[in-house]
Amino acid sequence: MRLWGTLTDPILRQNPVTLQILGICSALAVTTTLAAAITMSAALTAVIVAAAGIISLIRRHLPSSIRLIVQIIIVASLVIVVDQFLQAFFFEMSQRLSVFVSLIATNCVVLGRTESFSLHNPPVPAMTDALGNGLGYSLVLVIIGSVRELFGQGTLLGTEVFRTTEQGGWFEPLSLMLLAPSAFFLLGGLVWAIRSWRVEQVEVSEHALAPAEETRG
Amino acid sequence: MSDLGALFIRSAFIENMPLTLFLGLCTFLALSRRPGTAVGLGVAVIAVMGVTVPLNHLLYTYLLAPGAWTWAGFPDLDLSYLRLLTFIGVVSAAVQLVEMVLDRSFPALFATFGVFLSLLAVHCAILGGSLFMADRSYNLAESTVFGIGAGTGFAVAVILLSAIRRRLAYADMPAGLQGLGIAFILTGMMSLGFATFAQVAVP
Repeated sequence: MRLWGTLTDPILRQNPVTLQILGICSALAVTTTLAAAITMSAALTAVIVAAAGIISLIRRHLPSSIRLIVQIIIVASLVIVVDQFLQAFFFEMSQRLSVFVSLIATNCVVLGRTESFSLHNPPVPAMTDALGNGLGYSLVLVIIGSVRELFGQGTLLGTEVFRTTEQGGWFEPLSLMLLAPSAFFLLGGLVWAIRSWRVEQVEVSEHALAPAEETRG
Repeated sequence: MSDLGALFIRSAFIENMPLTLFLGLCTFLALSRRPGTAVGLGVAVIAVMGVTVPLNHLLYTYLLAPGAWTWAGFPDLDLSYLRLLTFIGVVSAAVQLVEMVLDRSFPALFATFGVFLSLLAVHCAILGGSLFMADRSYNLAESTVFGIGAGTGFAVAVILLSAIRRRLAYADMPAGLQGLGIAFILTGMMSLGFATFAQVAVP
């Protein structure tokens, strides 16, 4: 039962992207199409689960003074493997993702989870937690990727959903959706929606106005 | 010379790291609450990128690129898949070095930087700068200009954002938008603004 909680918590309640501002670095650039978002999510989830397992296995033999550099090296080696795999089997997609697959190595989600969870837990919970975080990250990427592709090009995964005006349909593609600002707006809106639903995630303002006092006698 | 100037403008404004390439967003959003910290972060990023990109260029060209070992009798050796590991190592080492030098010689400056310097070791914009340099095969002068330009772009963006967020500190916005939500929307608007730089004809 605790494992189930470890797995599902990071998906909505503790989502790494919308709550902890982790890992957006390399996330938004690849969301112009759903296919790219899914590839990126799969790559990140594979890396984070493997890294959590390995680091959790060696956690008792790891002196704390060099733990960061060891973690970075393990993560970077896994990223190289994933990158070479994509280049070998999905060459076109790996060209489209360019340097962003390599940048998984500095993705704060990965280091954040290995540092705060895998170093203190046995392999099975550590990998479950990593899988949950990977899925939470993927959820955000897939939502943003599908909105951007649907409204930017009228397609989903390359198949036509809305017939665009160029092909005699009614849908006028919003080219803003293919540009950088739309990703920020969508993520801002998503954060707003999640926090309106889950009120406990709201950040307390540092400069909240004091309630108005009754000054009129 | 004008080529290098154009490259500087391009890397600083047209291809701004956080606003158009989405790199370094974690620190960009987390450390932009106050202008003071934003200035410190910006200067640190310029310094580290100005050093690491040319350094990585030298390492890549003379040790890792395909054919770099021809002089030693290995013309077919291609180590370029090791570039990620090398770049991360160089960036962390450079950050550590800058930290030590500052601590020794400029303690006052070191105190203002505080924790940011060590954070830069895992900063996507810095690593991304080196990876783009390898992808686009810049030469040494171009890499230096590109590193400093991209760092400057990051610094300008983070200082602007921190100033805007300071102005908004007393704004009465919906509770769910407080903090991260509004920061994303502001970044989106700044990104729209920076998109106009793409129209600028570089001489």
